[in-house]
Amino acid sequence: MSNQKQPAKPETPKKDAGQIFLEEVTKEPPRHLPRWQRMLQAAVIPVLAIFTGMVMGGIIIILTTPEVYIAFRESFVQGLKASWDAVASAYGALLVGAFGSPSEIIVALRSGNPELIYQAIYPFTESLVAATPYIFAGLSVALGFRAGLFNIGAEGQLFMGAIFAAFVGYTLKGFPIYIHLPIAFLAGAVGGGLWGFIPGWLKAKTGAHEVINTIMLNYIAFRLSDWLLTGPMKRPGSANPVSPSILESAKLPEFFGDPVRLHLGFIIALLVAWLVHWYLFKTRWGFNLRTVGANPSAARYAGISVAAGIIIAMTLAGALAGMAGGNEVLGVNFNMAMAFSSGYGFDAIALALLGNSTPLGVVLASLLFGFLRNGATRMQLVAGIPIDIISIIQAFILVFVAAPVIIRTIYRLRKPAVEEEAVLVGGWGGK
Amino acid sequence: MAPILELRSITKRFPGVLANDHIDLTLNQGEIHALLGENGAGKTTLMNILYGLYQPDEGEIIVRGKPITVHSPSDAIAAGIGMVHQHFMLVPVFTVTENVMLGDETTHYGGVLDRKTVAAKIRQISEQYKLEVDPDSYVRDLPVGVQQRVEIIKLLYRQADILILDEPTAVLTPQEADELFKIMHFLVEQSKSIIFITHKLREVMEFSDRITVIRRGKVVGASTPAEADQSILAEMMVGRAVDLEVDKEPATPGEVVLTVENLEVLDDRHQVAVDHISFEVRAGEILGIAGVQGNGQTELVKALTGLASTQEGTIRLNGEDITRATPRQVTELGSAHVPEDRQKDGLVLSFPVADNLVLNTYYLPPFAKGVVLQQDDILKHANQLIELFDIRTPGPMVNAGSLSGGNQQKVIVAREFSRPIKFLVASQPTRGLDVGSVEYIHRRIVQKRDEGCAVLLVSPELDEVMQLSDRIAVMYRGKIIDILPAEKATKEGVGLLMAGVFPETA
Repeated sequence: MSNQKQPAKPETPKKDAGQIFLEEVTKEPPRHLPRWQRMLQAAVIPVLAIFTGMVMGGIIIILTTPEVYIAFRESFVQGLKASWDAVASAYGALLVGAFGSPSEIIVALRSGNPELIYQAIYPFTESLVAATPYIFAGLSVALGFRAGLFNIGAEGQLFMGAIFAAFVGYTLKGFPIYIHLPIAFLAGAVGGGLWGFIPGWLKAKTGAHEVINTIMLNYIAFRLSDWLLTGPMKRPGSANPVSPSILESAKLPEFFGDPVRLHLGFIIALLVAWLVHWYLFKTRWGFNLRTVGANPSAARYAGISVAAGIIIAMTLAGALAGMAGGNEVLGVNFNMAMAFSSGYGFDAIALALLGNSTPLGVVLASLLFGFLRNGATRMQLVAGIPIDIISIIQAFILVFVAAPVIIRTIYRLRKPAVEEEAVLVGGWGGK
Repeated sequence: MAPILELRSITKRFPGVLANDHIDLTLNQGEIHALLGENGAGKTTLMNILYGLYQPDEGEIIVRGKPITVHSPSDAIAAGIGMVHQHFMLVPVFTVTENVMLGDETTHYGGVLDRKTVAAKIRQISEQYKLEVDPDSYVRDLPVGVQQRVEIIKLLYRQADILILDEPTAVLTPQEADELFKIMHFLVEQSKSIIFITHKLREVMEFSDRITVIRRGKVVGASTPAEADQSILAEMMVGRAVDLEVDKEPATPGEVVLTVENLEVLDDRHQVAVDHISFEVRAGEILGIAGVQGNGQTELVKALTGLASTQEGTIRLNGEDITRATPRQVTELGSAHVPEDRQKDGLVLSFPVADNLVLNTYYLPPFAKGVVLQQDDILKHANQLIELFDIRTPGPMVNAGSLSGGNQQKVIVAREFSRPIKFLVASQPTRGLDVGSVEYIHRRIVQKRDEGCAVLLVSPELDEVMQLSDRIAVMYRGKIIDILPAEKATKEGVGLLMAGVFPETA
């Protein structure tokens, strides 16, 4: 027989590291289980990861506190006590900084004095303010993951959103808030969406990988904003690279009086999260997008345009990140400054990971990050623990989420019984 | 002949299943022992126990009269047991020599790889056992059949006497499979012993010395090819009488449904894969396309289903020109497609069965109203199809990836066949399936034909094409070299055509 070319076709498609990773971050507990059981299964690893991360943070606090060493030199018991004190004061301050002090809140509520109440709930509301951009940016990356795309460009999209929102915010004059604010907020989405569309289009038309292109577009966005803020968008008469302040009619309204800054953006973030959930899991558009993400060749087979799916997904992801930028400009800073983002777009990757790429998960993860970030300020002030410890704790949490094997080993959890189903339902000839 | 290997009462439990239930098996020196059973019967589990990948809960393994314990594959290798897995364990970017020495490297000067000695040894092995392979070629450049030879050489290099081959023919073409069986015979002549796992009856009948049949983790029968026949073995394997022959009435072809004229299609590397071919398929007939894999069938199917663009020629479905139609347009015109690779193209393994059952109709009512998916209707539809097509799944929300291969294929068949279709392309519809599933899928295809559907069946398995088709077209190097009515086709004749030997020149 003549030697024909023999295409090797193994039963299971070969996967690269990226595909395996995507499968991991979008994996859900088996859908036939009752809802509460699925929720529980999905929450086990993140919750234990957070707990373990906090424990690791505690160990580092102990190791970096000089008093502990001194106490250990006296006696072992003294050392243990000093260790406990260090961790308790640090985490105590973190909790109070994040949620406020319970006794203060009770006293304030009893007094009925709005000013006292605002003062008491201030820490908690600040945490929510901090969580808001995380929610938008986290949704951006999560939506990308669902479509099989790595959106590393959320930070750049966020900058573009901020630029667009700020520009509309200070140039559009003479409109009431119910017109000006929506336009300004949407401008943020458009700016980010444009920055997402470009790598989406490039990937769909040329196959250029979105990871490279989104990273490169980040740099372009950063330098573009540098140039704009030192040139065309610079506030007249200011020495700093900062845009003019946006008009009152473009500001996201605040719910309470000073000093509480909690604004409409938080509610919008929750609404958008719900909308993304609806879009992804309840509409045919979402089915389309998830099919493209889970198996592009099956999508093609089923008559779904993979190219269109990629472009739409990247544009939407960009728009979500753009909203994060718009939110910061219209709700918190009221102008666009060079260093207005503390890396929300990069933290967003972590949030999507921690939230298992579901909108609800992203919201919860964002709240956690908001609490940690906000509480850390007080921890630094009261307990003298540098704010950077939070980054270390976050990093630990992520390592544990990304490598669930570690958590399963520590807590002796069994691997979820997904694989065993194959055996259970195998063979169907003989009844 | 003394038994070289004995398994006594091997039992293995997994949560919820008894994978191996007191299995006894003896292997004599110099024999090919076939282990026959459906997918999921417990064959691979048993061999993994023997190879040290699992520990048995009960039972003992006796090699050359001595009981041994096998905790890991290295224990197995030390005892002279080697295994070729269904999916090869080779490093594609390494050479044959490097792959063979991997894990057992010969070195000199305290750490420098000694490729020369190993290559010489490989040459000697390949000569001794007629396993032709070049030690210096890269594995990624080798055809699947040759890669398998490398796996066997790896075992011989480690001086294994007992070779376990797990479904060795699943990835091979018929020609490569014949090659492999020649090698196996040669190996047993040189006093090696082989356990050969399969669910293909023909192979067992032709190439084994003894047969053990396993069903649901138990040995249900033992025999020899001389004593048994295919239908007895099939019955043991499946647990009920199986019809190996496809019952079908003569076709009553109607209107022409599909017309292909002068079609040219390029493959991924821009080479002509389909070379100006023309044919028709009529309602109520099955046109089978026979041919060794890689002769343009894949590209032809892609062009017919809108998945590949065409260079030249026209395709008409019920008179409508679909040469440049998208997959969705083709589907909406009443065409169905059972794809060649069910896991890559036919299913989204991480989606529930219910979603897979609406994979190409999810956007239509009743499954979507406006843009909103109607989960209740999707579920109802799934439950109906699961019942109607006898899909064995714990429920409609179970991910397709956790079903057995046969049931995955049933999901596709249910989805495609339950629509009102006029044209069906079935590409290798029974690849890798067990006897029961094959019988079932074949019956469904014939049933579709009898309902007046035009069917194009593409398969490299000649038996399948011969059994099902009303007319047989043979593809060779992108051309259809002959189309003949089934009653005039003989296996030998079509086989020669598949090899490119024309009747005139033969």
